[in-house]
Amino acid sequence: MSNSSSTASPEGARASEASALARFVRATEVDTRMLGMLGALLLIWVVFHLVSDSRFLTPRNLWNLSVQTSSVAIMSTGMVLIIVTRHIDLSVGSILGFVAMVMGVTQTALLPDMLGSDSAAIWVLTLAIGIVIGAFIGGIHGYVIAYLNVPAFIVTLGGLLIWRGAAWWVTSGQTVAPMNQTFRLMGGGPYGAIGAYWSWVVGAIACIGIIALNVMGRRNRKRFNFPLRPLWAELTLVVVGCLAVLGAVNVANSYPWPKGIVKRYAASNNIDVPDGGLFIAHGIAIPVLIAIGVGIIMTFIATRTRFGRYVFAMGGNPEAAELAGINTRWVTMKIFILMGALCAIAGAISTARLNASTNAQGTLDELLVIAAAVIGGTSLGGGIGTIVGAMIGAVVMQSLQSGMVLLGVDAPFQNVVVGIVLVVAVWLDGLYRRRSV
Amino acid sequence: MQTQSTTQSNTPSTSQTNDTSTVVSMQDCSISFGGIHAVDHASLDLHKGEVVALLGHNGAGKSTFIKLLSGAYKRDSGTIHIRGEEASINNPRDAKAYGIETIYQTLALADNVDTAANLYLGRELRTAWGTLDDVAMEARAREVMGRLNPRFERFKEPVKALSGGQRQSVAIARAILFNAQILIMDEPTAALGPQETAQVGELIKQLKADGISIFLISHDIEDVFDLADRVAVMKNGQMVGTAPVNAVTRDEVLGMIILGKCPPGATPGPGAVQS
Ligand SMILES: Nc1ncnc2c1ncn2[C@@H]1O[C@H](COP(=O)(O)OP(=O)(O)OP(=O)(O)O)[C@@H](O)[C@H]1O
Ligand SMILES: [Mg+2]
Repeated sequence: MSNSSSTASPEGARASEASALARFVRATEVDTRMLGMLGALLLIWVVFHLVSDSRFLTPRNLWNLSVQTSSVAIMSTGMVLIIVTRHIDLSVGSILGFVAMVMGVTQTALLPDMLGSDSAAIWVLTLAIGIVIGAFIGGIHGYVIAYLNVPAFIVTLGGLLIWRGAAWWVTSGQTVAPMNQTFRLMGGGPYGAIGAYWSWVVGAIACIGIIALNVMGRRNRKRFNFPLRPLWAELTLVVVGCLAVLGAVNVANSYPWPKGIVKRYAASNNIDVPDGGLFIAHGIAIPVLIAIGVGIIMTFIATRTRFGRYVFAMGGNPEAAELAGINTRWVTMKIFILMGALCAIAGAISTARLNASTNAQGTLDELLVIAAAVIGGTSLGGGIGTIVGAMIGAVVMQSLQSGMVLLGVDAPFQNVVVGIVLVVAVWLDGLYRRRSV
Repeated sequence: MQTQSTTQSNTPSTSQTNDTSTVVSMQDCSISFGGIHAVDHASLDLHKGEVVALLGHNGAGKSTFIKLLSGAYKRDSGTIHIRGEEASINNPRDAKAYGIETIYQTLALADNVDTAANLYLGRELRTAWGTLDDVAMEARAREVMGRLNPRFERFKEPVKALSGGQRQSVAIARAILFNAQILIMDEPTAALGPQETAQVGELIKQLKADGISIFLISHDIEDVFDLADRVAVMKNGQMVGTAPVNAVTRDEVLGMIILGKCPPGATPGPGAVQS
């Protein structure tokens, strides 16, 4: 009797623990797949932190990680729509390279001649020209894919070669540098971040947004008599969300400007630097804000607009979408136009960060972008995927890469690891989906 | 044994009813896939408030024929008149613009989105800001599905998760949601249980009473005699003949389907076997 009860009790405890987690998941309606991905990300971070003598989870490293992720994260949001409609885009890295080259030449050679090199319009015009060219290139790809029925794999494989070659041709392979001062802000760096005060403002706005979304969602459910989440679950979600946002802001605000820059800044602004040095925080980097903005807009497009609805319906059953009267060819072309424009934005960020346009810029980015989307839960079978997932996938990929750089892993071996992770992630994803369907 | 010639009758098949009520007139329509003449010079009319049942063996060309009208396929030759005017139907959008709604044999549902999204696919309701009005769409979806399948409750799930009959109900609901003038139903009750089938029968009668014209493809001869005004039989892509249901017996219709033999009560088409 006593024997059996003593063996039963820990098991019983474990069972109730498991059911508590299950209850929590059910009550909060969080996506378990997303939860799993966040768990994996956390694990990667902790392991790197332990292995690297506590150099990974530092404000400095996390801040750099966020900046490095921006460009891939932006492109991955477009890749989600492409993969959801059962296409693929292998050319994003080359489009980025070509558009970056054009933007480099535009802001260093063309526009300064016309507007003077100090004109504030240079960065806007450069970015606008880049986006138009990117969208145009995407449009060409989309047209050939949708209206001439050439598989996306082939069209964008061709694009991979064509635009890389075209990037070389713009300057005969020469690197273009340095970039316009204002344009450079898009790439981060001490000046390309919004500082502690505005970072807290952004954080506060984000928290208000989280609360508002939950309240509105709850009110809507109530209005139409849909089942409500328990209040404690709702509160947990809000609190966790807000803490995550404020925690991230706090990290960005804990990373100070380098001493040299502080000195120069103090000198030019007539500030006395105290003995202990002056602490000026970076705050959230501008490229990160751009990426978050793109993510919000793309989520809106994917979930709240007709276009987004068509994208997912086409992915689920292309024939049904066509029979329902959707102009599937035009929708396909629009997806690729969007992808091209996103490549241009990513190209602007990467050019600004490097302070140069180089011939090899964006090389192999297509693989990171596709990996980010797929790790983020976009199904290669079509019809399934989320923007948020892809962006977190981008963080996972970038974390692996910068972690390995931090540990001094050789570049070729980094590729080996990234390749293996991609295959394993898709395999696990397949297992998960087969179990849950 | 088959002959191409049209035999006795040279009078147009529309002679029985007055022409102003002809809603759809498909004349001499053909389409082939590779070497297969899936539809071979087939003609058929549909009048206002009429139910025409289209019958034939498997692979006779029924689905392909109605797809020429629904815009899923583009015909190789032939003309289509809608309400007396020559219609150019090159894609499903064109057909919908003429008030033609179709329930496809394959259902043509997007598996990964929910019922409301499928019902409104291509014609989503939008809010004042131009965003999707999911709430309004779901409310309407509940209403319409309630008429067809009152026990249906799984509105939040992708239709992939639904049973075959539930999916069929969704496809039917989609066709009747938009005030169709002309309804094409390709085996709409194939997956339904007896009660749901009866409900669809009631629905067809009600739609007919509202003046809606219906092409009904079915293999169930009892259903056909219960619901249809006329039958049209196809064989090997050709039209065997058409007949008012009260002018032929069930056995005669079976003879048309199996042997291509046209009874006295029917108007023979190019596919009829000469006796
Ligand atoms: N897309 C296509 N490509 C090639 N052949 C086709 C296609 N669609 C139909 N066919 C052929 O056309 C013929 C008619 O097919 P259809 O689907 O119209 O038959 P059906 O009368 O609807 O048969 P069922 O009662 O089985 O539904 C068949 O021989 C079929 O193989
Ligand atoms: Mg058929």
